[in-house]
Amino acid sequence: MLEGVSAEITFGHQIRDGLDQLLKQDQSCIIMGLGVSDPKAIFSTVSGLYSKYGSRRVIETPTSENAMTGVGIGLAITGFKPIMIHQRLDFFLLAMDQLVNNAAKWNYMYGGQQSVPLTIRLITGRGWGQGPTHSQNLHSWFTHIPGLKVVVPAFAKDAKHLLISSVNDPNPVIFIEDRWCHSQKLDKNLFSSNNQYSIGQAEVIKYGTQITIISSGYSSVMSLRAVQFLSSYGVDVELIDLKTLKPLDTNTIVNSVKKTGKLLVIDSGPRIASFASEIVSKISELAFDCLKIAPQIISAHDIPEPTSFGVTKYFKYNAMDIAYKVIMILGKDPMKFNLSLLNDLIHDVPDENFNSPF
Amino acid sequence: MKTNFESVIKCFEIALKIRAVEEKIALEYPKGEIRCPVHLSIGQEFISAVVGINQDTKDTVVSTHRAHAHYLAKGGNLNQMIAEMYGKVTGCCKGRGGSMHLIDLSAGFLGSSAIVGSSIPIGVGAALSHKLKSSSSLSFVFFGDGAVEQGVFYESINFSAVHKLPIVFICENNFYSVYTNLNQRQPQSREIHKMVGAIGVKSLKIDSSNILNCIRETKEIVSYARSSSEPVFLEFETYRWLEHCGPNDDNDLEYRPKGELEKWKAKDWLINFEKVLLESESLGASQIVSMKERVDLEVELAFNQAKKDPFPTLDDAITDTYA
Repeated sequence: MLEGVSAEITFGHQIRDGLDQLLKQDQSCIIMGLGVSDPKAIFSTVSGLYSKYGSRRVIETPTSENAMTGVGIGLAITGFKPIMIHQRLDFFLLAMDQLVNNAAKWNYMYGGQQSVPLTIRLITGRGWGQGPTHSQNLHSWFTHIPGLKVVVPAFAKDAKHLLISSVNDPNPVIFIEDRWCHSQKLDKNLFSSNNQYSIGQAEVIKYGTQITIISSGYSSVMSLRAVQFLSSYGVDVELIDLKTLKPLDTNTIVNSVKKTGKLLVIDSGPRIASFASEIVSKISELAFDCLKIAPQIISAHDIPEPTSFGVTKYFKYNAMDIAYKVIMILGKDPMKFNLSLLNDLIHDVPDENFNSPF
Repeated sequence: MKTNFESVIKCFEIALKIRAVEEKIALEYPKGEIRCPVHLSIGQEFISAVVGINQDTKDTVVSTHRAHAHYLAKGGNLNQMIAEMYGKVTGCCKGRGGSMHLIDLSAGFLGSSAIVGSSIPIGVGAALSHKLKSSSSLSFVFFGDGAVEQGVFYESINFSAVHKLPIVFICENNFYSVYTNLNQRQPQSREIHKMVGAIGVKSLKIDSSNILNCIRETKEIVSYARSSSEPVFLEFETYRWLEHCGPNDDNDLEYRPKGELEKWKAKDWLINFEKVLLESESLGASQIVSMKERVDLEVELAFNQAKKDPFPTLDDAITDTYA
């Protein structure tokens, strides 16, 4: 898949290409959202699609998250495959009634007669003072609702395929994109395999023997960096990128922990009732005898994230924090690692080109 | 517009059938075999009937927790509805939805929601679907005065107006949200249909005191929606005779002003309708009697069958979380 592709192509481009392909190949696909026709084009992820496909396929909406989700359900149960977009996950909280009471239950509640092939793209903010109501990582909420699928891609190589799979899935899918993932470049050298992963399939990004790291979304990007750093010191970490939180690829994570005996889960959400807690629970149930040390979690705090540049560094972990945690779990001497190499970026931007969250 | 007595008679029969079904539910409910909440439409049947005679099979309907009348008027399968209330596997949702969640896709009845206001935007989505498919079908959306207080109601009306969707909103204003009177919930000087008109949707209150006028006016406005493919909003004033949820009279709770229930019961649409039909000689007394017998028999058979039908097994109940 990656042969001949420019390394400059990003996660955001891949999302846009996926949408373009869906609109071109399937007349039942419709994009809806506030801003799909505007000049910023949802962080450029729908660039050109409104002019290319017109206002009947790419539908601009009022600022009515709850009703629009209901409209999406109405379309989905009458033959369409709507893709709804929210520029912040936090805005979508207004639509919980439609999501939880209707979309998630429709197929079950009506005796399996009518499914809801609805895809909801939610973009989570990060850094640059996104603050308490623009940076929430609530993926674990959605995994709690029977009937929903939750997809959280991390890498550019997965974005397009997972988006297309989500839209073609007959069920409602919550598709969460970290804003910082959008600028991730498609780098074929990073990966040993070019396989496409289906919904519900995790990927072992790097095989290792000493400890398993499980992560998803932007945390996988940071984890990969930490793992590559540790590898140069001979620390052999196995890194699993979940890609889908629900349905969870239990086999892949259990098999890994059975091999390494040690587990670190990275979760960008607050700690209590986090998705990381669910993974630790699963491992405790299914691989307890193989654990050599208590599973560990790196997560956000159970405190709303403030806006101030002066304090947000205490609220976000980075690749250095992940590497440090691995070093401590493995009982190694942190002084022997030049961890500052992983702390080269200002904490509230993904790269030096990032100068606005919008 | 000339009165078409064939559709008037059909309207009467639909209302009669709804009343018969609801009365039978009220009769059977105390036996404890229907073990789910039921919200009966007795006193409100005529709205479904009057709207129903203007619905084509391909039109779609979404409804509320008080859905029986809307479902039956759209041609929803009676046996499957009753079986659903009895929790039987033969029910329209295989016993998963109960009285508040009805569906009959072959009749164009898309579903009903137990959350006030929740089905309104889904009906709007169905209307958008009709429009995108360039179909001549209409989306009918039923709700009560309580739903008007939900944010999603405004959002839905607004979107329908912006996109000129082929949709008929029907507000059954029965003046109560559970036990709380409309005048405690909405400004007394503000009429629902006028507010909706101000949002930008053609809107009117249908006067139901004259049966034939009511039928005629409803037909005209639905025809307008169909020919213009634009949204319309109909407000009907009506009254729920029984308790909010359950089969009983609840006048002893004294949340209704003294004499209010009696006043509405005296205006019983079915009795007046029968008089109109007899006076106009559209139907003879014996024809009405045989119509009632036919309806009663159909209802009786549906209940007998539902009681005999099996419950779902555990295996039946754990499929379909995902398609």
